[in-house]
Amino acid sequence: MKKLLSTAMAFGLLAGTAHAEGKLVIYHWFEYIPQELLDTFSEKYDVEVVMDTYDSNEALLAALKAGGIGTYDVAVPGDYMVQIMGNEGLLDTIAEGELANKGNIAPEWADPSFDPGRASSIPYQWGSTSFAVNRDDYAGDISTTDILFNPPAELAGKINMLDSQGEVLAMAALHMGIPQCSGDRAQLSALNDMLQAAKANWASFNSDTAKEVLVSGDAAVGQIYDGFAAKARAEGANVEYAFPAQGYVVWMDNVVLLKDAPNRENALLFMDFLLEPENIAAVSNYARYNSGLTGVEAYLDPTLATQPESNPPAEAGAGVFIEVCDQATQEVYDQIWTNLKK
Amino acid sequence: MAGGAAPGGSVQSETYREARLWLLLPAWVTLGLLTLAPLMIMLVYSFLTKEFRGGVIWEFSLGAYDQFFFDRGLFGDDAPKIEWTYIGIFWRSIWQAGVATILSLLIGFPTAYFIATRPQRQRALWVFLVTIPYWVNLLIRTVSMKFLLRDEGPLNDGLMALGVISEPLGIVNTNLAVQLGLFYSYLPFMVLPIYAAVERYNFALSEAAADLYAPRWTVLRRVLLPAVKPGIVAGCILVFVPSLGSFLAPDLLGGAKNFMIGSLIEEQFKGNAGNWPFGAAASMILLSMVLILLIFSARQSQKGGA
Repeated sequence: MKKLLSTAMAFGLLAGTAHAEGKLVIYHWFEYIPQELLDTFSEKYDVEVVMDTYDSNEALLAALKAGGIGTYDVAVPGDYMVQIMGNEGLLDTIAEGELANKGNIAPEWADPSFDPGRASSIPYQWGSTSFAVNRDDYAGDISTTDILFNPPAELAGKINMLDSQGEVLAMAALHMGIPQCSGDRAQLSALNDMLQAAKANWASFNSDTAKEVLVSGDAAVGQIYDGFAAKARAEGANVEYAFPAQGYVVWMDNVVLLKDAPNRENALLFMDFLLEPENIAAVSNYARYNSGLTGVEAYLDPTLATQPESNPPAEAGAGVFIEVCDQATQEVYDQIWTNLKK
Repeated sequence: MAGGAAPGGSVQSETYREARLWLLLPAWVTLGLLTLAPLMIMLVYSFLTKEFRGGVIWEFSLGAYDQFFFDRGLFGDDAPKIEWTYIGIFWRSIWQAGVATILSLLIGFPTAYFIATRPQRQRALWVFLVTIPYWVNLLIRTVSMKFLLRDEGPLNDGLMALGVISEPLGIVNTNLAVQLGLFYSYLPFMVLPIYAAVERYNFALSEAAADLYAPRWTVLRRVLLPAVKPGIVAGCILVFVPSLGSFLAPDLLGGAKNFMIGSLIEEQFKGNAGNWPFGAAASMILLSMVLILLIFSARQSQKGGA
């Protein structure tokens, strides 16, 4: 009898966990994963998938710090934000052997500086941030950051910038040839002055509609992610994505296992699912970015490999990650950003 | 009339005396939990030390208010001067909200008057028509507004086809676009209270004034407006206050080039800055301003009533 009772209790407990196991809560960027892929995962593992979305790495961090931790299982922060979230103790560690498909990660992405050894993350997509120019408005050379910060008269007043401190200031540092997160006061003052002067030529700051303003013709130049530029082109805008000689920003979004994930098992299942070439290729075909896995080529839309947005010319500058500044420098960066938008 | 109603009222309160506490509980819980508690959190946070990348450290600090009022240069170690940045942002927001309120009043008052003077059976239909666009999400309405005002949009195309202008007006990404967006977003909040006031207005008073040889303008100014003033004041507050804190219209229509109060505060929580105490302090300063405005208007209306 006693044994029966404890068995019943064990079943009761199992039932409780079984219910929890049937769920996965994703915190993801907007418009960044095809619904069919989520449906496939949901059916294959009999897991109910719930997804909330955010529109910037900083919004993700703020939501998690304001009490979101413990609600979500996985999130998809960019490179520098993985490092920040790791420093803030918001990530769980994936033990060796917990991900069966970890070997599919391409060698160059297996040990990134923002998450050594991939302790908490797997690659999702990577690409670049630069800018696109409408060729109906401007026929000249666009392989220079002058287009954004010191534009020719035809483009002045028709420029949309991303409403994102990290991307704008990193691009500005490349333009001036100074290191990111420089603590040098003369360089920071010069950066502030340069941006103040450049702003006079900018029409707007907008990230969400970075693609739409190019397609509609509201902007002739837009700071933009490579995949968004490819989509704008596919939607009929005569835009060319630039790879400036001064350099451009490279980013990688990563699926991370969050601390106190309520459905840790399913989170790992999902990560393993995204480490299968066929599945991550579906994301790439949808979002028009590159995956960080080996063996995906067979599943990719052939136009993806040849699209100009993914193939920097030989004379392009180097692609650099956005760096994580220390507190003192970040506070000056915040001040510069406020000055820019006051 | 008042005497007749009183006994009934007291009987009722006898009936419910026992249960009164419990019946009021939902109201108190709602007020306490949803209004006072968040305000207290904000007040406390505004006096705490900021934590790098969002969050607070539980140490008392006036840093947030200091940052609001004093400028210590780009690197934070110059001699303090008066900080005009945030005052400027507040002033810009007040200006935008003020223009939007005046626009709403100019359009809203005649609209409300028109509706209130329709035959009884038509009024509900007109009110219904005014509210229809507001069943759609604010974001979508704001984006639609942008499509209307764009250089290649119907407004510019129409005016150019009519030969009124030869080049697009270039309204998008200007202050005017923000003001128009705010005006459009909150217009019903102006129309409905004024409509309610005008509907209760006894038009015999206007006739009496006219019989006493008051010109139309005088009837409007000396008879109608004083009678419906509470509705106008309510409408102005309902348009001005949400306009003051709005960030959708400035972001989408104004190009987010200049912070308004709402976007400044949002940036403290969602941006790189991650300065929660400063965001809380700016919110408290905004709240104080709005409260002063409300107290002022309440006093005015008391005077008007007496």
